[in-house]
Amino acid sequence: MNVHLKVWRQAGPDEPGDFETYDIADVTEEMSFLELLDVLNEQLVAEGREPVAFDSDCREGICGSCGVMIDGQAHGPQRGTATCQLHMRLYNDGDTIVVEPFRSAGFPLVKDLVVNRSAFDRIIEAGGFITVPTGSAPDANLTLVPKEDSDRAMDAAQCIGCGACVAACPNGAGQLFTAAKLAHLNLLPQGQPERQRRTIGMVEEMENYFGSCTNHRECSAACPKEISIDFIAMLNRDFRKARR
Amino acid sequence: MRTRPSLFATAVGKKYAMAISGLVLMGYVLLHMVGNLKIYFGAESLNKYAEWLREIGEPALPREWLLWGLRFVLLAAVFVHIYAAYSLTVMNRRARPVQYVSKRDYVAADFASRTMRWTGIIVVLFVVWHLLDLTWGTTNPDFVSGDVYHNVIASFERIPVAIAYVIANLALGVHLYHGAWSLFQSMGWYGTWRRTFSIAFAGVVVLGNVSFPLAVMFGVVN
Amino acid sequence: MSLTLESLVPHGAIEKAWDDHRFNVRLVNASNKRRFKVIVVGTGLAGGSAAATLAELGYEVVVYTFHDTPRRAHSIAAQGGINAAKDYRNDGDSIFRLFYDTVKGGDFRAREGNVYRLAQVSNEIIDQATAQGVPFAREYGGLLDNRSFGGAQVSRTFYARGQTGQQLLLGAYQALMRQVAAGKVKLNVRTEMLDVVTDEDGRAIGVVVRDLLTGEIRSEAAHAVVLATGGYSNVFYLSTNAKASNATAIWRAHKRGAAFANPCFTQIHPTCIPQSDDTQSKLTLMSESLRNDGRIWVPKKPGDDRAPDQIPEDERDYFLERRYPAFGNLVPRDVASRNAKAMIDQDLGVGARRNGVYLDFTDAIKRLGDDVIRARYGNLFQMYERITGEDPYRVPMRIYPAPHYTMGGLWVDYNLMTTVEGLYAIGEANFSDHGANRLGASALMQGLADGYFVLPVTIGDYLAPLLGKPQPTTEHEAFKEAEASVRAQTQTYLNSDGEHSVDWFHRELGKIMWSACGMARNAAGLESALQEIGELHQRFKTGVKVLGDEDTLNQSLEKAGRVDDFFELAQLMCRDALQREESCGGHFREEHQTPDGEALRDDENFSYVSAWEYTGAEPKLHKEDLTFQYVRPTQRSYA
Repeated sequence: MNVHLKVWRQAGPDEPGDFETYDIADVTEEMSFLELLDVLNEQLVAEGREPVAFDSDCREGICGSCGVMIDGQAHGPQRGTATCQLHMRLYNDGDTIVVEPFRSAGFPLVKDLVVNRSAFDRIIEAGGFITVPTGSAPDANLTLVPKEDSDRAMDAAQCIGCGACVAACPNGAGQLFTAAKLAHLNLLPQGQPERQRRTIGMVEEMENYFGSCTNHRECSAACPKEISIDFIAMLNRDFRKARR
Repeated sequence: MRTRPSLFATAVGKKYAMAISGLVLMGYVLLHMVGNLKIYFGAESLNKYAEWLREIGEPALPREWLLWGLRFVLLAAVFVHIYAAYSLTVMNRRARPVQYVSKRDYVAADFASRTMRWTGIIVVLFVVWHLLDLTWGTTNPDFVSGDVYHNVIASFERIPVAIAYVIANLALGVHLYHGAWSLFQSMGWYGTWRRTFSIAFAGVVVLGNVSFPLAVMFGVVN
Repeated sequence: MSLTLESLVPHGAIEKAWDDHRFNVRLVNASNKRRFKVIVVGTGLAGGSAAATLAELGYEVVVYTFHDTPRRAHSIAAQGGINAAKDYRNDGDSIFRLFYDTVKGGDFRAREGNVYRLAQVSNEIIDQATAQGVPFAREYGGLLDNRSFGGAQVSRTFYARGQTGQQLLLGAYQALMRQVAAGKVKLNVRTEMLDVVTDEDGRAIGVVVRDLLTGEIRSEAAHAVVLATGGYSNVFYLSTNAKASNATAIWRAHKRGAAFANPCFTQIHPTCIPQSDDTQSKLTLMSESLRNDGRIWVPKKPGDDRAPDQIPEDERDYFLERRYPAFGNLVPRDVASRNAKAMIDQDLGVGARRNGVYLDFTDAIKRLGDDVIRARYGNLFQMYERITGEDPYRVPMRIYPAPHYTMGGLWVDYNLMTTVEGLYAIGEANFSDHGANRLGASALMQGLADGYFVLPVTIGDYLAPLLGKPQPTTEHEAFKEAEASVRAQTQTYLNSDGEHSVDWFHRELGKIMWSACGMARNAAGLESALQEIGELHQRFKTGVKVLGDEDTLNQSLEKAGRVDDFFELAQLMCRDALQREESCGGHFREEHQTPDGEALRDDENFSYVSAWEYTGAEPKLHKEDLTFQYVRPTQRSYA
């Protein structure tokens, strides 16, 4: 099939940007969306034009590097799927596909489709850990963790830190990312001693970069791991208790 | 050491403020609707109820004191609700200074969640007019102080007024549908019952409120 | 300076070796640790855990990663699990058994002392990770769950759904970020290490890095440098590695004097999704836990075009079950991979490109039901369906081997120091523990063992005597020379007005490597590959086309340097494969096999680690002899 790609090009953070449209021929169904961008870049290099910059690494949906807006949706139209796992069999011959970078004050644009998501690291620094210096841990089976709690913690811990939640949120809120890490650690017995400190630290740091949650639920719909907004309710509850 | 922002200075704190003030206002709209159902029991019943509202608290409190107390709480809730909404909106605008150029395709955000600002403004404007119309009588053609039943009928006999009243209440319903659900989310109370509750709550309030102008228009109440 | 290979494995009883060594290494006094600066390159399991632990101990740590955040490192993609000798299942496991299995699984090409230590610290890793909040799978009683994995006959694998690597990496990342917040680690993201700097005594005194956003090339001096930059499977272009995984850090260290050990020991993972078209950019691995319930088969008739459900039972060849009745579908990775290749070479492959074998869950689903299978493998099945568009609950999966892990890497002694003093290599970047083949669920174990428990102790032995000596600074001439050479190299790529993109060259290199130095190798093929790679490399030097500038984000420029290094490494791999006239583990020389096609080891002549010295011309081979006191080398048998 042949597709038209409308891609955001911007040389740098302070340069003006605009869409450019490219035609790509002989796209196969088996191609992933990033492979489509690879093909575009090969085409551009052959024509002597600078290739499109985009982040990607593992290309199996776990590292969280990739992520662009595809036709107005973070990571594109398929639920529970990162951009790298989106395949061209979802598209038809002649389609025009619009590709734009994630936009948020917390994710300043670097170049073309690349943005800087370091704000997430700052949030983790503000308390997204359990303090346990190497060597000081007791035997792993000393603390019993009910399977239900452990499973729920894992549901939250799956977050890949891609930033689609922020990109998809009409308010540019970072709640789902922060809530997922909080829930992961706050649900486990190991995470209890630092629970309040962690919650306050992470939430306040989050608000230095991101908007507020008005419960649109777009974040969860865009999340490649389909992390539930119930964890945001948990964040709200834990923050309330911690600040009391 | 950096100083800790006050709870209300945080966005999450403002959401608590919105939730609690919203809960107060939800309680009010529900009671207001239930009280007004007295219209179906005739003029005497409704007017007596209106008079009782001024008397409650007596003799422990002077006449109308409790009513004014409640009015004050309501006004405070309205102020907090609007102020928090306004400052959150400002914060959210700042969180995305460069808007998406291509068209967004929303998946989960529904009409209600995305129009809260507009339905909220409609409700506020409606409330102002509603007070002018039925509390102070400024915009009522045939206002008789103390005769609530008469005033309601006088107002709703004007078809455009009745229609405006219905539309405003639909906006209120949409606002309540998202607000009632959000309230629990913001306070950290979650479960699948939230959706059922918000639909039921918004539905009951809207049905009750909308029934009044319709009843007048169709002559059920006259 | 001549290169010496002293393993430093303590003599005496193996169970006491690590304890004795820990007692004997020199220590840096707690209050003096802050006087020492250590650079850690890479933030995967090994680098992240090492940097966090060194900072906890009090060292001044500077971390470099080319990713935008430490959490992206490819350790994150490990699915299956992590081994430990906890024996929570009371099924006869022990430290000795884990040691034994790992040495045997590595086909007797690993150092006994190192492997024993790995088995010993495996238990502490589980304790550490659990305390960090890694949500390992649990039983209803609240205890940790285990499963058997990758050819082990005991249940010693701890797992977090199909995302064990992710959870362990996030644990290390969180520990690292705690130290960043405490100001004890200086974290540099999107910064790539491009050279190791050594002083006149041959000691590592720092690195040269390039800021990937601004193009700035700068230096950092330190008392010691730790490379934790992972493996080099991307030399094959198509592999299970992340797109950015590369050998540049270890290769440039090699050029500065670090011996490269066993470069030809690469692991081909049996359960990957076969290539589906020519533009494919990577191969996706499906956890080998799938082999616990899936049955591997091909049609008996070559070129059989029928749909799998149309092929009757007696016309199918369950070749692993047939050849290895005791282990069946659970034979080690190298054996499973080679057998799949043999089937496809006989035109028994399945799928449109005839490049896969079936991994069939029909029987398991019949026996256990959809729900049990979904609980065990749901996320893997979903991933498979995303990629192939086929539903593995109804149609058998198609799998094929793909380059996955590299056992080879920088040669290190028992302290994990390379042949350059003060330069350490940990995790997949070194060669140490897996011999010629790595067992499933052992990579995570080794990366974390090195980072949390081994390096933080052994590095003190090198640093202690440096107390009171002058601090290394970037004023040293060697930094200026290294920076200049990095700048010159960057310019070369930008100036060459070439014919093809970097990716084109990389793909061509990959094709040569996969056919000559992949799953099966022979002298003629390796000789001609050496020739072809040399020629292609020459073409690359003059004919690579890199557009854009040096002072902004330029992903083609980044790749150019990495592919340049892959060319040189590829040649060393072929040379190493040529000199190793035996088959062992992942290294299969067609000239050396048993009559029924199994790998034929030659312990008499090849029981050594090959360690290559960079000379600028012909690389020079050094040998570290391997002796086995505890596990007697036998022909591996899984029948």
